[in-house]
Amino acid sequence: MDWTLLFEQLLNGLQLGILLFLLAAGLTVVFGVMDLMNLAHGSLYMIGAFVAATVAIATGSFLLAMGAAIVAALIIGIIIEVTLLRSLYGRGHLDQVLATFGLILFFNELVRVVWGPEGLEMPLPAFFDTAVTIFGFSYPVYRLGVIGVGLVTAAFLFLVVSHTRIGMLIRAGASDRTMVGALGVDIKLLFTLVFGLGAALAGLAGVMAAPILSVAIGMGEEILILAFVVIVIGGIGSIQGAFVAAIVIGVIDTLGRSFLDDLFKLFLPANAAETAAPAVASMLIYILMAAVLFFRPQGLFPART
Amino acid sequence: MAEPLLAIKGLNKHYGGVVATQDLYLDVLAGEVHAIIGPNGAGKTTLIGELSGTVEPDSGAITFAGVDITSLAAPARSLLGMARTFQITSLFMEFTALDNVALAVQAHDGPSFGMWDAARIDEALRGPAREALQRVGLETRADVPAGNLSHGEHRQLEIAMALATQPKMLLLDEPTAGMGTEQSRRMVALLAKLKGAVTILLIEHDMDAVFALADRITVLSYGRAIATGRPEEIRADAKVREAYLGDDAGIGGGGA
Amino acid sequence: MKVNLKGGFVAALFVALALVPVAAQLLDQPFYMLVAQRIMILAIAALSLNLLMGYGGMISFGHAVYVGLGAYAVGISAFYGVTNGAAQLAIVVGVSALVALVFGANSLRTRGVYFIMITLALAQMLFFLGVSLDVFGGDDGLNIDQRSTLFGLIDLNHRPSFYYLVFFALVTALYLCHRLVNSRFGMVIQGARSNEPRMQAIGFPTLRYRLTAFVIAGVMAGVAGALLANHTDFVSPDMMHWTHSGELIFMVLLGGMGSLAGPVVGAAIYLLLEELLSGWTVHWQLIFGPFLIAVVLFGRGGLLGLMEKGGPMAGRERDDG
Repeated sequence: MDWTLLFEQLLNGLQLGILLFLLAAGLTVVFGVMDLMNLAHGSLYMIGAFVAATVAIATGSFLLAMGAAIVAALIIGIIIEVTLLRSLYGRGHLDQVLATFGLILFFNELVRVVWGPEGLEMPLPAFFDTAVTIFGFSYPVYRLGVIGVGLVTAAFLFLVVSHTRIGMLIRAGASDRTMVGALGVDIKLLFTLVFGLGAALAGLAGVMAAPILSVAIGMGEEILILAFVVIVIGGIGSIQGAFVAAIVIGVIDTLGRSFLDDLFKLFLPANAAETAAPAVASMLIYILMAAVLFFRPQGLFPART
Repeated sequence: MAEPLLAIKGLNKHYGGVVATQDLYLDVLAGEVHAIIGPNGAGKTTLIGELSGTVEPDSGAITFAGVDITSLAAPARSLLGMARTFQITSLFMEFTALDNVALAVQAHDGPSFGMWDAARIDEALRGPAREALQRVGLETRADVPAGNLSHGEHRQLEIAMALATQPKMLLLDEPTAGMGTEQSRRMVALLAKLKGAVTILLIEHDMDAVFALADRITVLSYGRAIATGRPEEIRADAKVREAYLGDDAGIGGGGA
Repeated sequence: MKVNLKGGFVAALFVALALVPVAAQLLDQPFYMLVAQRIMILAIAALSLNLLMGYGGMISFGHAVYVGLGAYAVGISAFYGVTNGAAQLAIVVGVSALVALVFGANSLRTRGVYFIMITLALAQMLFFLGVSLDVFGGDDGLNIDQRSTLFGLIDLNHRPSFYYLVFFALVTALYLCHRLVNSRFGMVIQGARSNEPRMQAIGFPTLRYRLTAFVIAGVMAGVAGALLANHTDFVSPDMMHWTHSGELIFMVLLGGMGSLAGPVVGAAIYLLLEELLSGWTVHWQLIFGPFLIAVVLFGRGGLLGLMEKGGPMAGRERDDG
């Protein structure tokens, strides 16, 4: 048993989980409060990554890139919220899914027009591009940074949601939308703010993921499905559910890909193990989702019944 | 003393801190019209849910026609002979009145895996459906989409659908809900025609209807049955009067 | 009877489809035949989705997976030397039915948006499976060297023969859907869409019927996939990608959800528009995306809905949220 490999993959899994959480949190809050299914959430993530890469290449500053990414995602998010998404609130989920699907096509093409069909390489500042020794093995500083930033953001979100007025409105909205309206809150503003929060989180996820995953057209859709699985398992509208589910999924997916073939080799011939393992590894999370839904169709921590 | 058609024994249900059904015992005898009344919040809606299979009680037992139906799913209860109507009209709005009733007939005509023959010209379905519509007085409106019917006609259609399933017992949830005096009177007349032919468990607010139809009345208050008996007994019962806030007019006069 | 404009239009469409090979021959543009063929094949898939969505109220965002499964069933069979059309068909039906049964049993207990997401995720699961199976080409896909044979009678390599086979399949599919939708089974499915609690109250255990519909739709889409494999002589995991499921949904919408022939019209519109736009500019999705958005916002009844009294909002379905 290679303990260092296990520990390293655990950290990688944690980091993937954090990224998924950043993405899923925005998605689940928007869904919980506005009952809006936004497929273009992945596009905001993609835009965040592209803007970050561009700024990082131009200025060499990671911090500037991060700021720019978040701001870009925020601005574009607010634009689509005001122009399109407002007319989708209250329309069925099918309409929302289809309309935002059209948005995905548009944004993918837009990115192609602006940045070309090839992706971008996100450069890392020297500081991040090193490794640190933990428990006798070296782990990239950047990945630790992702985990750190993610945990800080998660903590910040929890604080906002449980201790501020807007957080209360988010929680209330997630469990009873009509009541929030009846409380005389400016719903339009609340929705825009909440969507903005979700967009900013997507942008943050984009910039964090950029150096690790590839910055390419269509990157949003790949990770979006995972984010969906996270919120389905965690329970729609629930931030803590999203956190738990994201970490679990991140860890299981990563560990699965690394260790499943070794596991299979324990009771299958090497050949079969080597073909079956990657296949099963890529399906693992979905099987998990199916299993969770079988026993708890509303997810682990549903904010609404 | 014959076995009751429906027997509720020690039924309990609470939602968080709110007790909806408390140690409820109730019998409905075959052939009778048994009305359940009670102030708002007495647990009538929960009881309908528990009887029809949409609400799972915490404890207790419900026996219908000799079968323990406490945890039985709603479709199975219908197939055993319990037909319910809904307080808030629940129909297939895009279908015609006849289609609505024909579906109810179809549900009790064996499994519906036939994928070839057209259902709308199936006399085995249309015939009984038309009969049911006739019984409630809607035969002239058979081909009207349910969405275009009046509110009163909706309530009639609900009864027709229930009758079409050849039930042993009708579970009627406020059949006169939302009706004016004239319409209510017509509904009561319709239900009076059914008396004796089918057992009826009637939840109602309209006291005129209750006293015109009921053989026995059970009064619910805070989830438990505080009195059961013949209409005159109930009218005179002090506990009942108290439950309605000591208001005589609440029981003897107009309803809702 | 809403024949007149709607029916006439649909009839004209079918006549046009039947004559395409003739026109293609005369104009020496075999390309037209390929376009029309693709339209018809995807129309069959869209028809099956319409059964689920329009009549059953089940919005599946993973329906393309069955098309892919059917295609792979043919591809993998050919890979192992099984080219008999009947045998392949049996495999296609068996595989699609089995997967639909498993996926359906898992997802049909959920509602609304959960259902959309779980169908989406399950479909992606199979997509990733296809990508990781290198033996069948993985990401690059699998070439099919030999077209299916149909009892040695029809040579499917002969283009017009294959075209008319597809045409025949479409017409048959349409007719079968027509009978299904109006049958007792169809009534149950429509009733369950209209008011499921009511259905349960009158005595229908709706889950088994919806699951059956799900399997039927899956099999029909699988057959479309089998035809697609013969059409492209190539299968790849991309066929199962969720974006194709989205396309199928749009085809159903464009033609008018819940109208029987709507998906055929919708498939034609969608694919023709795609052809047209991509011919103009390489950045056609910049236009297509917003077009789709506009359709969602303003044209829910689809083209056939426009032809009905009441204009664009006529066939407007209130979907299950």
